[in-house]
Amino acid sequence: MPAANSSILNHMAQYSPTHFNASFAALADATRRGVLDQLARGDASITDLADKFEMTLTGMKKHVGVLELAGLVTTEKVGRVRTCRIGPCRLEEEMEWVARYRQVWDARFEALDGVIDELKRQEKARGRKKRK
Amino acid sequence: MVARKESESQRTTVQKKSEREVVVTRTFDAPARLVFEAWSKPELFKKWWVPRSMGMTLRSCELDVRVGGKYRLVFGEDPANAMAFFGEYLEVVPNKRIVWTNEESGDAGSVTTVTFEERDGKTLLVMSELYPTKEALDAAGTGAQDATHETFGQLDELLAELSAR
Repeated sequence: MPAANSSILNHMAQYSPTHFNASFAALADATRRGVLDQLARGDASITDLADKFEMTLTGMKKHVGVLELAGLVTTEKVGRVRTCRIGPCRLEEEMEWVARYRQVWDARFEALDGVIDELKRQEKARGRKKRK
Repeated sequence: MVARKESESQRTTVQKKSEREVVVTRTFDAPARLVFEAWSKPELFKKWWVPRSMGMTLRSCELDVRVGGKYRLVFGEDPANAMAFFGEYLEVVPNKRIVWTNEESGDAGSVTTVTFEERDGKTLLVMSELYPTKEALDAAGTGAQDATHETFGQLDELLAELSAR
């Protein structure tokens, strides 16, 4: 009973699911969301970010590493400074992927609600003689 | 337009459990036996599986919902562009659980498990689609019709029609 599943899975192929999970994990953390906000306003070095978010260089490196793995951030080392910028991962597409998947099932399930309501009505109409 | 209480619990959730598995949940305001009935009787199943908003036409729908039974769904405007989806029921526990294979894509086919859990007259439905490999999941459905052309106007119409009966 796969029909729409297949079409849905088309999107999975486009928006690789592994990648997708990585982005969500990356965004589960408030600091990392803050870092993304910050980088959306302009590139920054790890040191800048560590200062801004009042944490150690090591701590910030870890956060940036997670964001980098998810494709949300890219970094480039020039001399002793590692500069971070917003990465190639287009988050909107990923949000869209889940939204579409949900949309299909929502549509189906709303229609199913209609069918079930009808069954409930029929059952009620058949009255009390039914086993309760 | 049907006014439906959109309580949190009634919303559809979609979650990727792993790179091989997608899980969808939804709560229905009815006992499990009715939800199960709507999944296991072809004449009911075809009323909701392909809402018009999906832009697909269901040409035929045969479900033999028992262990070892087969199903076959055929889509398409005419026989020339018909697409068939078929498989076998591996487990059927009335009012509780249905498991089936999806065989139209050969070895890459997924196994779908639907469970119905009744609580206080409502039913929590959990549907899982498990692929044999990550690659199978990634590749699934290539070339199938794009389901994104949702027209919610049409859906509203369908629901109004269903509820007016």
